Amino acid sequence: MTTALTGSAVDTGAAAQADTALRIDGVSRVFGAGPARVQALDDVSLEVRAGEFVCLLGASGCGKSTLLGLVAGLDAPSAGTVDTTGRRVGMMFQDSALLPWLTAGGNVEVPLKLRGIRKAERRERTERLLSMVRLAGMADRRPHELSGGMRQRVSLARAFAQEADILCMDEPFGALDAMTRDLLHDELERIWRETGVTVLFVTHDVREAVRLGDRIVLLSSRPGRVAEIFDVDIDRPRRIDSAHVAELATTVTARLREEVGRHGH
Amino acid sequence: MATEIDVPTRAHERPDLAKARPGDAPEVDATLAGLDALDIPTARRAPLLARSWAATWPKLGALVLFLLLWQVVVWTGWKPTYVLPGPVTALREFGSRLGTGHFWEALARTLVRAVEGYALAVLIGGVVGVAVARFTLLRTAVGSFITALQTMPSIVWFPLAILLFKLSESAIMFVVILGAAPSVANGVIYGVDYVPPLLVRVGRSMGARGFSLYRHVVAPAALPSVLAGLKQGWAFAWRSLMAGELLVIVPGHPSIGADLQNSRELIDTVGVMASMITIFVVGVIVDAAFNAADARMRQRRGLVAEGNSAVRAARGRRKPPNDGAGANERANAITAIDAAVIGTAPDASSGGHAG
Ligand SMILES: Nc1ncnc2c1ncn2[C@@H]1O[C@H](COP(=O)(O)OP(=O)(O)O)[C@@H](O)[C@H]1O
Ligand SMILES: [Mg+2]
Repeated sequence: MTTALTGSAVDTGAAAQADTALRIDGVSRVFGAGPARVQALDDVSLEVRAGEFVCLLGASGCGKSTLLGLVAGLDAPSAGTVDTTGRRVGMMFQDSALLPWLTAGGNVEVPLKLRGIRKAERRERTERLLSMVRLAGMADRRPHELSGGMRQRVSLARAFAQEADILCMDEPFGALDAMTRDLLHDELERIWRETGVTVLFVTHDVREAVRLGDRIVLLSSRPGRVAEIFDVDIDRPRRIDSAHVAELATTVTARLREEVGRHGH
Repeated sequence: MATEIDVPTRAHERPDLAKARPGDAPEVDATLAGLDALDIPTARRAPLLARSWAATWPKLGALVLFLLLWQVVVWTGWKPTYVLPGPVTALREFGSRLGTGHFWEALARTLVRAVEGYALAVLIGGVVGVAVARFTLLRTAVGSFITALQTMPSIVWFPLAILLFKLSESAIMFVVILGAAPSVANGVIYGVDYVPPLLVRVGRSMGARGFSLYRHVVAPAALPSVLAGLKQGWAFAWRSLMAGELLVIVPGHPSIGADLQNSRELIDTVGVMASMITIFVVGVIVDAAFNAADARMRQRRGLVAEGNSAVRAARGRRKPPNDGAGANERANAITAIDAAVIGTAPDASSGGHAG
């Protein structure tokens, strides 16, 4: 893999584009056919810079999960291309989706096992990843012995165990209470800053999007299209209850409601 | 710098995990710890002795009640005691048999047949189950036949088995395998069918494909159903074996079933009952073993409702509470969202099921 790297071959044009981690170009996804046909995504284009935190925002059923599935390579687009620029994509799901027959540590170890990493090193990395999400010493707990917030942190550690350059998160905090969610926002922001990972974060919560994102991509529903992209120029670290966040959230919400409202009549 | 980025070299470009570590924010730690502690299930298991006693006494009670009923029927004089002896007589006969070499020889043969037949059935049923679960064409071809086979009473196979194999061990084995394998296969098929799609997505997103997906996700997720199939398969194997031993008496090969048949021919009701007690006891012991395996699996997966976790289960999942200002916005938007969903609902539901 590393042999492909030859410095002389790189011109400035490539260097200018090099900052792009993810290129989604004219992507459509159609499910079913005939009367059952659902156009989940229609001509979605988006570029994400390396290290950027992008929030995908939209009402339920607008195709957010479908789009993440395409980026993670779990599904293929009906039209258009998804280019992850050779980067590895990791995924984190709502409801933690931990494997219930494994311990917390066992779950984090699975991606390491799949890459053939040896046992001693797996142990060490697992312990480091768990302490990254403040769960040091919890490796032997089983998922049902953890709180919802802890399960999501294990899930986050597992996503990082995939050594992803691009982390796709599908409403990861949707089922948590507000206080736990606020804390996990802080944690995620910290880990994102420290690791420089590129994040594609799906949510239907406007404030959450404003709290976390560098940019907010608003998707329209049926079919899912990029309705508008907001730049979030608020200094970090942000607080979800700050006036700046509330202000932009109001603007975005109005726009979102307008999108959703188109379906009311 | 540009060179490193353009051609992705994982070592250089990958986010640096080593940099991520718990920040020095003790108050975050404290709050998180507090939230975690409040939300962690605190089910504590009773000590082993108490648990096994709790599991045993209802069984003993039921057994005593049954023996009592039996004795009462005998006392009513409904049948003469040489036709229907009381439990004491039957148990005494059973006890005295335990001291004979013949009993143990017969029991050993029966158990060896059971284990051999069951092992082969598990092997065959497992292979067929995996194949049918994996290949659509095979499923369409033989899927429903497996269930049909399962519902066939094993006794109807014996005429054919005897014609094919004469009065031999093979005839018995043939029927035991036919009795047990379909249950095992069905357990595997259902297990694979009911693997939550989300877990498969999780596995694939972690890079598991083909065999590794089976090994790390599908097989463990299917285990509960597979275990149920194994348990049912055993029940069928044991029944088929007993039927076989009654019908196919191989000369010079004593077995529990042969003893039972023998006692019947001698009109020895006490002997019949002693054999039946043996069969029952074996059934209870094997059932206990399966239940122990099942309980262990459920406990590891948090599927045991006991103590606090039962209360939690009844209370249901936590819903995020609405936070002040957001609640208002959402309330207003709900109407519009509902409208959006209703407006296209037929589309969505039919789309979701067309697959
Ligand atoms: N496998 C599928 N088969 C048919 N329709 C699907 C499938 N997956 C998603 N859809 C449809 O595509 C639309 C977008 O779904 P999804 O991406 O899950 O939305 P979101 O995550 O934004 O709530 C929905 O209308 C949904 O019914
Ligand atoms: Mg979704």
